[in-house]
Amino acid sequence: MTENRMGARQVELEVLRYNPETDQEPKFQRYSVPCINEWCVLDALNYLKDNLDPTLAYRWSCHMQVCGSCGMMINGEPKLACKAMLRDYPGTIRIEPLAHFPIERDLVSVADDFIAKLKRVKPYIISDGKHTIEQGEYKQTPAQLKRYRQFAMCINCMLCYAACPEYGLQPKFIGPAAISLAHRYNLDSRDVGRDERQEEIATNEGVWECTFVGACSDVCPKHVDPAAALQQVKVASTVDWYLEHFMSWVKK
Amino acid sequence: MAKSNKPIIWGTFAAGGEIVSLVMPVIILLTLLAATGHVPTVFSYETMHAFAAGWFGKLVLFVILFLSLWSQAHRLRITCFDFGLRADTLVAIVMYVLAAAGSIATVVFLARI
Amino acid sequence: MGEKMSRRPYVREVPPTSWYFRMPRYMRYMAREVTSIFIGIYTALLLCGLANLSAGPEKWDSFIKSLQAPSSVIFHWLALAFALYNSFTWFNVAPKALPLQFGEELAPDSVVAGGHYVIWVLLSIFILFWAGVF
Repeated sequence: MTENRMGARQVELEVLRYNPETDQEPKFQRYSVPCINEWCVLDALNYLKDNLDPTLAYRWSCHMQVCGSCGMMINGEPKLACKAMLRDYPGTIRIEPLAHFPIERDLVSVADDFIAKLKRVKPYIISDGKHTIEQGEYKQTPAQLKRYRQFAMCINCMLCYAACPEYGLQPKFIGPAAISLAHRYNLDSRDVGRDERQEEIATNEGVWECTFVGACSDVCPKHVDPAAALQQVKVASTVDWYLEHFMSWVKK
Repeated sequence: MAKSNKPIIWGTFAAGGEIVSLVMPVIILLTLLAATGHVPTVFSYETMHAFAAGWFGKLVLFVILFLSLWSQAHRLRITCFDFGLRADTLVAIVMYVLAAAGSIATVVFLARI
Repeated sequence: MGEKMSRRPYVREVPPTSWYFRMPRYMRYMAREVTSIFIGIYTALLLCGLANLSAGPEKWDSFIKSLQAPSSVIFHWLALAFALYNSFTWFNVAPKALPLQFGEELAPDSVVAGGHYVIWVLLSIFILFWAGVF
């Protein structure tokens, strides 16, 4: 690592490469990239691709922590490459595709599993149909909004899946982001879809696979706190269970 | 996929976790004092027996033991899995049978006092 | 369309018996789970005490005596340390499971966690008084 007066610095990158056409397994490749200290890791990768090695594959789109495409393991931690600033990484930076997902190519991981799970939990408002468009906007009080707002911040970046050891050990687990989004709609005053979602998330593959490690919340770049959402789903599902089995005369 | 029946056990795990977190350290401290020779007065046979003979004492002892047994059994099951023991069903049966046996023993001992 | 891309995703297995060494936060989680071994054994010890209490004064006195064995003292110190770790981790995460909303605002985590600490301290002092320690 060298630094000059312009705030420029030669950054050593170790990038995990995998070419499905030629490689039996992934291996690290070292690059030395001239960077500005204020850059993020994504800037370094973009410079690398444009100037040093055009064969490197990775996903990115917005460069501003909104699209959720550039999730990768940076020194072993799931991070958005656009949110990981070079100034926070003084030494060699080791970059790998998100843990727990299969590698498509280089830093691109296979997201099919997450997308399928996301669909299963119906992450959209299921309305009772009584409120029509002619009636105008469907109003919500600030209190009703605040109940779910935090969980609505999810950008589907999958960092929580890369952090969750239970997902790594049991890939059937529906996982933090999908269950948090289900919870977000369950908490919405305009939604009546909770029973449908419970069929997916109140299952052994659903919230009950979670053991509350809490890593999902540690790595979430949008402070969604999926661990909180999942514990709340557990509490609500437990209340449901006791009501259904011991007090079935109580109308839910 | 059917809804899970795990809430039965999780209910006792959550309630047990709450009770154990609140009272277990001080109970351990009491028996630690006894273990180091500073036996608290409550551990004289007469006092302890009188406490466990009343309905309130019985209730307190039962709630603490019952919830702690089920709470630890559930957590031990998960701990076994996390350490790589993949025979989850077998582990679950062993743990929950132990917790059930402990619960029955608690009732029997309390009934004898 | 041009030539077909060949898909051959590479799956990295998670080592089932050693995964928790990868991150310090996994180790902290495992430490929390391991508390159940000590608290579980201690619960069995309490049950044993109850059995001796129901068996009469001689049995009870010999039970209290048996607590003073060196192995028992060492176990008690370990159990106390793990029980305290369990309590603190439990209180700290309690707000996640029990969010409180007063009017518009969600209560900060410190309200529910702090409430737990206050109740814990008061209850512990009460039990120590009741047990005749002070």
